[in-house]
Amino acid sequence: MNLTARLKARLARTHNAIMGGIESVLGMGTRKESLERLEEALITADVGVKTSSEIVGALKEGFKWDKEGLSERLRASISGLLKEVESPLVIPPGVVPFVIMVLGVNGVGKTTTIGKLASRFSSMGKSVILGAGDTFRAAAIEQLEIWGERAGCPVIKHSHGGDPGAVAFDAVKSAVAKKTDVVILDTAGRLHTKVNLMEELKKIKKVVNREIPSAPHENLLVVDASTGQNALNQAKLFNEYVGVTGIVITKLDGTAKGGIIVPIARELKIPIRFIGVGEGVDDLKEFNAGEFADALI
Amino acid sequence: MFDGLSEKLRGIIKDLKGHGTLSEANIESVLKEVRLALLEADVNFTVVKEFISRVKGKALGQDVLLSVTPAQQFIKVVRDELAATLGETASELEFKGRPPVIMLAGLQGSGKTTTTAKLARLLKGKGRNPYVVPADLARPAAVLQLQKLSEEIKVDCFDVAGRKDPVDICTEALRVAKIKGYDTVLVDTAGRLHIDAALMDELKGLKEILSPSEVLLVADSMTGQDAVRTAQGFDEAIGLTGVILTKLDSDARGGAALSMRISTGKPIKFIGVSEKTDGLEVFHPDRMAGRILGMGDVLTLVEKAQAAIEEKDARELEKKIKKDTFTLDDFREHLGQIKRMGSLDSILSMIPGFGALKKAKGLKVDEKEISRIEAIINSMTAKERKTPGILNAGRRARIARGSGRTVQDVNRLVKQYGQMRDMMKRFKKGGMRSLKNILPV
Ligand SMILES: Nc1nc2c(ncn2[C@@H]2O[C@H](COP(=O)(O)OP(=O)(O)OP(=O)(O)O)[C@@H](O)[C@H]2O)c(=O)[nH]1
Ligand SMILES: Nc1nc2c(ncn2[C@@H]2O[C@H](COP(=O)(O)OP(=O)(O)OP(=O)(O)O)[C@@H](O)[C@H]2O)c(=O)[nH]1
Ligand SMILES: [Mg+2]
Ligand SMILES: [Mg+2]
Repeated sequence: MNLTARLKARLARTHNAIMGGIESVLGMGTRKESLERLEEALITADVGVKTSSEIVGALKEGFKWDKEGLSERLRASISGLLKEVESPLVIPPGVVPFVIMVLGVNGVGKTTTIGKLASRFSSMGKSVILGAGDTFRAAAIEQLEIWGERAGCPVIKHSHGGDPGAVAFDAVKSAVAKKTDVVILDTAGRLHTKVNLMEELKKIKKVVNREIPSAPHENLLVVDASTGQNALNQAKLFNEYVGVTGIVITKLDGTAKGGIIVPIARELKIPIRFIGVGEGVDDLKEFNAGEFADALI
Repeated sequence: MFDGLSEKLRGIIKDLKGHGTLSEANIESVLKEVRLALLEADVNFTVVKEFISRVKGKALGQDVLLSVTPAQQFIKVVRDELAATLGETASELEFKGRPPVIMLAGLQGSGKTTTTAKLARLLKGKGRNPYVVPADLARPAAVLQLQKLSEEIKVDCFDVAGRKDPVDICTEALRVAKIKGYDTVLVDTAGRLHIDAALMDELKGLKEILSPSEVLLVADSMTGQDAVRTAQGFDEAIGLTGVILTKLDSDARGGAALSMRISTGKPIKFIGVSEKTDGLEVFHPDRMAGRILGMGDVLTLVEKAQAAIEEKDARELEKKIKKDTFTLDDFREHLGQIKRMGSLDSILSMIPGFGALKKAKGLKVDEKEISRIEAIINSMTAKERKTPGILNAGRRARIARGSGRTVQDVNRLVKQYGQMRDMMKRFKKGGMRSLKNILPV
C-alpha cells in the first residue's frame, strides 16, 4: 500500500503545521489559500467543517494581512468565542452540601476527574463525600474508593449491581447529616443514545432533587478531547435529558486538540469548568479561553 | 445529522442533469459532498484528500456519468472503494507461538480491559482455552476489573499477587500459561498516550517478552482527527497486527476506521458494540462504509432486529396473535425488544430513504414515548395487563397517578394497544417478523 507511505509524508506536513503553530502553514500564497489553510487547521483540530468555515469566513478586514496578523486575528476570534463559556465552578456560600453529578459516555474520565476534584476541594479546606453511583462496570466502585483514599474523603457505596439512585440518596443524606460541604456523585458511563440509561440518569437526578430541592447544583459533563464530531451530540443529548451546567475536557495532555468544544460552546453555551491534563491527582486545571485557543491553533 | 449522502447526491445530480451530462468539471460539486460527508464522519482531513482523489479516478474511469442512474452509480463507486479500502473481507486472528499471545494496547479509556474479556469469551466459545493477564498496574482497580470480568465469563485470570512490575507479570504469566496448558494468552495493558516515551518503551519491553502473535490497538470509534496520529504512534512503536474499534453502539459515524486503516495499513479485526462481554463482532468493511457515508444499512438493521427479537420470542408472539391472546404484558415485552435494538432514531436511519422522508415530513421519533408507555403498563396490576377490558375510569385514574402520567395518556395507551391488536390481526398472514410494520411511530 504505497498510499500509506504517501499519506505519511503528507501527514508529517500537517503535523508540523500544527505543532509549529499556524504561522508555518501560512506560506506565501494568496489570501484565499491562506484562509483555506486556516480552515484546514481548524478542521484538523476537530472543530468541524461547518464551524471552521464560519469562523474563517468571519475573518474579514481590520487586521494586518500577513502571517502574524491573520493568525492573531483567528486566535482572538476563537478565544473571544470561548471567553463566553469561561466560567469557573464556584460554590456559593451557604449552599451545603453542594451536589455535583458527573456524567458522560464510557471511558472519558469521569471517575478520575472526580478523584481530582475531590482532592481539589479537600485542599481548599472543604469536606467532601463521594457517591459510587457506577454500580454497573466491573470494579468501578473500587476504583472510586482508591480515589477517595487519595483525597482523604469517604465514599458511599452499595454493592455491584445495586440501584444508583439509592446510592445517590444515601450519599446526599449522609452529607446533610454530617454537614459535608461537597457531594460528588459518580455515574456509570453511558452512551447518550441509550434511552433506558438516560432515563436512569434522570431518575438519579430526581432522587437527589427530592432530598435537596436546589440539587444537583452542578451536572458536570465530561468530554474526551480526542472525541470527534460525536461530542456535540453527546452534549446535546445529555443536556436535553438532565441539563448540563458545566463541562470538563479531559486528556488534553495527548495530541488531540479538543476542537469540538468550539461548536459545543457556540451552540450550547454551557460553561467549561476544567481541563484534564493527565492521570495524576493534580492534573486538573481551570479552563482558560485564551490558553485553549492558543493550544488549538 | 444523518440526512444521508445519497439524498444529497441525488439532488445535485438531478440539478446537473438539467444542464446536460455530468462532466469532469461538474463532478467536483458531487465530490465536495462526499468530502463533506467523510469529514463529518471524522475521517482525517489528509485521508479524505487522498481518498477523494482515488475515487475521482475510479469514477471517471467507469463511465459512471453515462449511466442512466449516475447518482446511484456514483455512490456505489464511492461505497465500494471505501469498503475495499477498509479491507476486502473480514480478517481472522492469527495463533502463532506456544502458547499464542494476544496483546491489547491503546489510549486511556478506549476499552482494552473490556475488550480483553470480550475476546476471551469469544475464543472460549470457539473451543479455545484462554488465559487473561492483567498487566495494568497504573489505573486504579484495573487488575480487579479484569479479574471480575474473567470470573463472569469463567475464564482463568493470572494472579498478580503483589507484583509491582508489568514485565514481571508478563514473564511469570507466560511461564504459568505454558505449564497449565492454556492455548491462548490475552494480555491487557495500561492505557497510555502514544507520545509518552517512557510508557511506550514499557510497551516495547512487554512485546519483547511476550512475542505476541497479535498486537491489537483498541481504539474508540468516536475518535476524531487524532485517530491517525494515535494509530501511527502505536504502530511505529510496537508494530500492530490489527485494530479493534470499540463503542460502535454509539451514533458516531466512525470515520476513525478509515483514518486508522489508511494510515497504518493494518486490518480492523473486530468491533465492540456494547459494554457487556458478549458485545464483540467481526468487522464488516461494507457495513462500515455505509455507516461512514451516513447511508442506510439494511443489513445491520435486519441483524439488530433479529438479535433483539429472538426467533423463539417471535414465534411465541405469532402464536399469541393467531390465537388473539396478545395482552398488555406482551405489549410491554414487545416494547422492551424494540428498546433493546438501540435508539429508534438510529434504527430508522438505517432504513434507506428514511433520512429524506424524515426531513420532508419533519417526522420526529419520540424516544421517551416508549419509556412513558412502559411506566404506565408497569403501574397496572397483573390482572389488568392480562384483561385490559376491565380498565374502567377508576382503574385508569389510579394507573395515571401511579405512573405520574395523565388519564389521557392512559386512555391513549389503551387505544394504541387496541389499534395494535387490530393491526396484528391484519398482519397475521405475513407473520410477525416484519417488525417495522408495528413500530409505534
Ligand atoms: N492522559 C489522560 N488520561 C486520563 C485523563 N483523565 C482520565 N484519564 C484516564 O482515562 C481512563 C478512563 O478514566 P475513568 O476515570 O475510568 O473514565 P470513566 O469515564 O469513569 O469511565 P467509565 O466509568 O468506564 O465510563 C483512565 O485510564 C484514566 O487514568 C486525562 O486528563 N489525561
Ligand atoms: N457502549 C460501549 N462501551 C464500551 C465498549 N467497550 C468498552 N466500553 C466501556 O468503555 C469504558 C472503558 O472501558 P475499559 O475496558 O475500562 O477501557 P480501558 O481501555 O481498559 O481503560 P484504561 O485501562 O483506563 O485505559 C467502560 O465503561 C466500558 O464498559 C463498547 O463496545 N460499547
Ligand atoms: Mg467511571
Ligand atoms: Mg483497562
